[in-house]
Amino acid sequence: MKWKNYTCLPKQFRNERIFDGCGISGYINIDGTKDNGKKIIDMLCILNERENGLGAGFAAYGIYPKYKDYYALHFLFDNEQSKERVLNYLEDIGYLIQSEPIPTKTPMDVSNSPIIWRAFYEPRQKKGISSDEQVVQLVMEINEKFEGAFIMSSGKNMGVFKGNGWSHEIAEYYKIIDYKAYMWLAHSRFPTNTPGWWGGAHPFNLLNTSVVHNGEITSYGTNMRYLESFGYKCTLFTDTEVIAYLIDLLCRKHGIPIPIASIALAPPLFDEIEQMDKKYQIALKSIRATYRSAMLNGPFSIVVGFANPVPTLFGLTDRKKLRPLVAGISEDENTLFLSSEEASFKRLIIDSNGLYTFKKIWHLKSGTAIIARLDEGLIREGFEEPFKNIKLTVTGI
Amino acid sequence: MSLSHNIPSYFHIKVDRESCKKCKRCTTHCSYGALSFNGERIVADDSKCVACQRCVVMCPGSAIRIVKNESFLPPHGNYTRRIRNILWAQSGNGGVLLSATGNDRPIRTIFDDLLLDACQVTNPSIDPLRETIETKIFFGRKPKKLEFLTDKKDSTKITLKTEFMPNFEIDMPIMIGHMSLGSISYNTCMAIYQASKELNILAGSGEGGLHPDFYEYGSNIITEIASGRFGVDINYLHKAAGIEIKIGQGAKPGHGGHLPGEKVNSLISQTRMIPKGSDALSPYPHHDVYSIEDLAQLIAALKEATRYKVPIGVKIAAVHNSAPIAVGIVRGGADFLTIDGFRGGTGAAPRIIRDHAGIPIELAIAAVDERLRQENLRDEITLVAGGSIRYSADLIKIIALGADVAMCCMPVLIAMGCRVCQQCFRGLCSWGIATQQEYLVKRLDIDVARNRIINLFHSWNEELKEVLGAMGIDSVESLRSNRDRLRYIGPNPKIAEILGVKHAGE
Repeated sequence: MKWKNYTCLPKQFRNERIFDGCGISGYINIDGTKDNGKKIIDMLCILNERENGLGAGFAAYGIYPKYKDYYALHFLFDNEQSKERVLNYLEDIGYLIQSEPIPTKTPMDVSNSPIIWRAFYEPRQKKGISSDEQVVQLVMEINEKFEGAFIMSSGKNMGVFKGNGWSHEIAEYYKIIDYKAYMWLAHSRFPTNTPGWWGGAHPFNLLNTSVVHNGEITSYGTNMRYLESFGYKCTLFTDTEVIAYLIDLLCRKHGIPIPIASIALAPPLFDEIEQMDKKYQIALKSIRATYRSAMLNGPFSIVVGFANPVPTLFGLTDRKKLRPLVAGISEDENTLFLSSEEASFKRLIIDSNGLYTFKKIWHLKSGTAIIARLDEGLIREGFEEPFKNIKLTVTGI
Repeated sequence: MSLSHNIPSYFHIKVDRESCKKCKRCTTHCSYGALSFNGERIVADDSKCVACQRCVVMCPGSAIRIVKNESFLPPHGNYTRRIRNILWAQSGNGGVLLSATGNDRPIRTIFDDLLLDACQVTNPSIDPLRETIETKIFFGRKPKKLEFLTDKKDSTKITLKTEFMPNFEIDMPIMIGHMSLGSISYNTCMAIYQASKELNILAGSGEGGLHPDFYEYGSNIITEIASGRFGVDINYLHKAAGIEIKIGQGAKPGHGGHLPGEKVNSLISQTRMIPKGSDALSPYPHHDVYSIEDLAQLIAALKEATRYKVPIGVKIAAVHNSAPIAVGIVRGGADFLTIDGFRGGTGAAPRIIRDHAGIPIELAIAAVDERLRQENLRDEITLVAGGSIRYSADLIKIIALGADVAMCCMPVLIAMGCRVCQQCFRGLCSWGIATQQEYLVKRLDIDVARNRIINLFHSWNEELKEVLGAMGIDSVESLRSNRDRLRYIGPNPKIAEILGVKHAGE
């Protein structure tokens, strides 16, 4: 692990975007059963061809049932002073319900490890602005303006654990195995050009939305400037940040259902649209025209976790499928797995001596979303037509 | 005028006596009267030559060459030949000098200082020969957001509440700019409109009205309401794919259109609805638009008149305060906004304005795009950029700087045969493009010209796809405002700052 660069990139790299190859994994237990971190660690660590020891992370949903009504803020601090400053600021503008260190297992020979902290927080009620929006602004403010502090995650009843090291090191350091979650996301990376920094590792999170991403967004400039119009500040110089904010904009701010938001991110080709019924043509063209700046271009595969309104696991690749994503569903059809490689699933089978088996393992169609919801199960399998299983009405026709 | 004030010609016509067959073809083809036959041989009058190259091309013996007049004026670094010529011309005729085409001063072109990005290793480039790369765009206003309602009981029941606004789908992010029937010939217009329809792009009508023969191409024409209101009737509004209110033009910010009376024959008189032979000088401002709220009213009136079925836009010249003006126009209800840079072309404009007023389109688009984003208005409108989009590289760069559509005129004329002699205002165009004289107009073959325009833009679009592919982008929407993919390599870092583009190597 690299015991430096916790809350920001080293100065000489601040003007550059980080490009990386990655391993991504995630799964959801549809009935809400909680698993410890064993499975997700196994799924991720087997993908070690896809990492070079410069960053990994985990997101876990359902880990703080006792404080489920409060925003669980996960912090990285460089030192005590920055911690004090941020916590004092939080007390000024809201209520700190609980504030404590996150348990970690720091190797004996390390003396300058970061302060890993969590706070359960409630913003003070303000007229005309929702608590969610207040927390979003808080995250942007602290990450941009408070030196030596970084918020890793800000959702309720969930948290992100990440840092600069090999995936097995990060898992051990944060004692991932001890957390119990119904939905897990994980990421390991192979950055090309920077030593990496802790805050810049994945998953990226805003409120309850966490994103793990493999790829490089060639539309970064377009997406970033679009998001800036809506008040987002892209300060982290990574593509993944942009994806997290786009999903937040579409799903939370604009209230677009997830299957439709996935169309905005990776829309069907015009040639395909022209073949469809008029109603679908109008809907798809409206989406493409209105959200033309939200469209993601370049190679990517992403796995996203949501918790509002219903906990959901969502996977998507680019329209040309230049990055891999494989899906698998357990024999009892209760768990949907997503991973960069089938090896993740094979490892679960082998480790359990064949007791854990999969009903089906399949490859997603390019640019087509796979979605599984808590209680509802698999609602899109990743190869459907855009409006399959949706009863769509278009006003005006 | 006394001989001592004769303006030395820039050109010298060389006729090779041995190859000359004395067929006199050149004398009939030269519309400027520079060539004649004196009974024995071809005589050339250099002072009338504009180097349009018609005689050179038409001479069956290839006997004619136009060369630079080497007669050397006393050198002076400040009083250049250009300035001395201006002073001689003005002291000769006492009037405002006219000019045509765009600003020809050798001012550094910012486009040439911009370099494009391409993929290596970390992301794969896309092969446009084997994969789909999309260049279709929607021309018109878009909502800020779409409203989807999910049924409370059945989450699979979804209603799209937002109604789609009038948008015109074009297959390439290209628009042929506004050149009026009058400034250019009937044949030129016909070739442009036919090509636009075939390519499914847009073409501007200019302010010269819409001849009934062009109605069938109306679905690809944006008609122009200018301060002179020439040719505006119900068909002008109803046959078009969109309507543009012309406030200004890049070649002459602050001025209206100029059509010299020499070009107003009976055809032009009919479509413009003005007397034959009269100068058609549009008022400098619209006399019903003295302020931004007046413009908003005019936009609303045009929307009412067209029953909200087509996009209504506004064109302004790129001037110092383009950004706040643009915001006002978008707030005023315009569906698209055209910015025309200082190098933009013209059929006739006072030289003083053409050469000195306005700012470069690269800077104007960067500033307008940025300001519209600060006001969260950018994605609602279509931003069209013109003012010397010379070739596909400029098209790609202006889109990356923030335009939705690139508008151009000169490349279209050059494709049809224009040699850029800059004499459009005289109505004597020997290539049949910027003239109304029937014997000259006939020289432009509509089918040939149309096919050349189609070829031109087909190749631009293919080159756009090549570049998108190299950048790893499969749709032009993802190039728009993607300044991250540009780098600056010029001498002035301030320009890079205004463009929002990093320096090469950063």
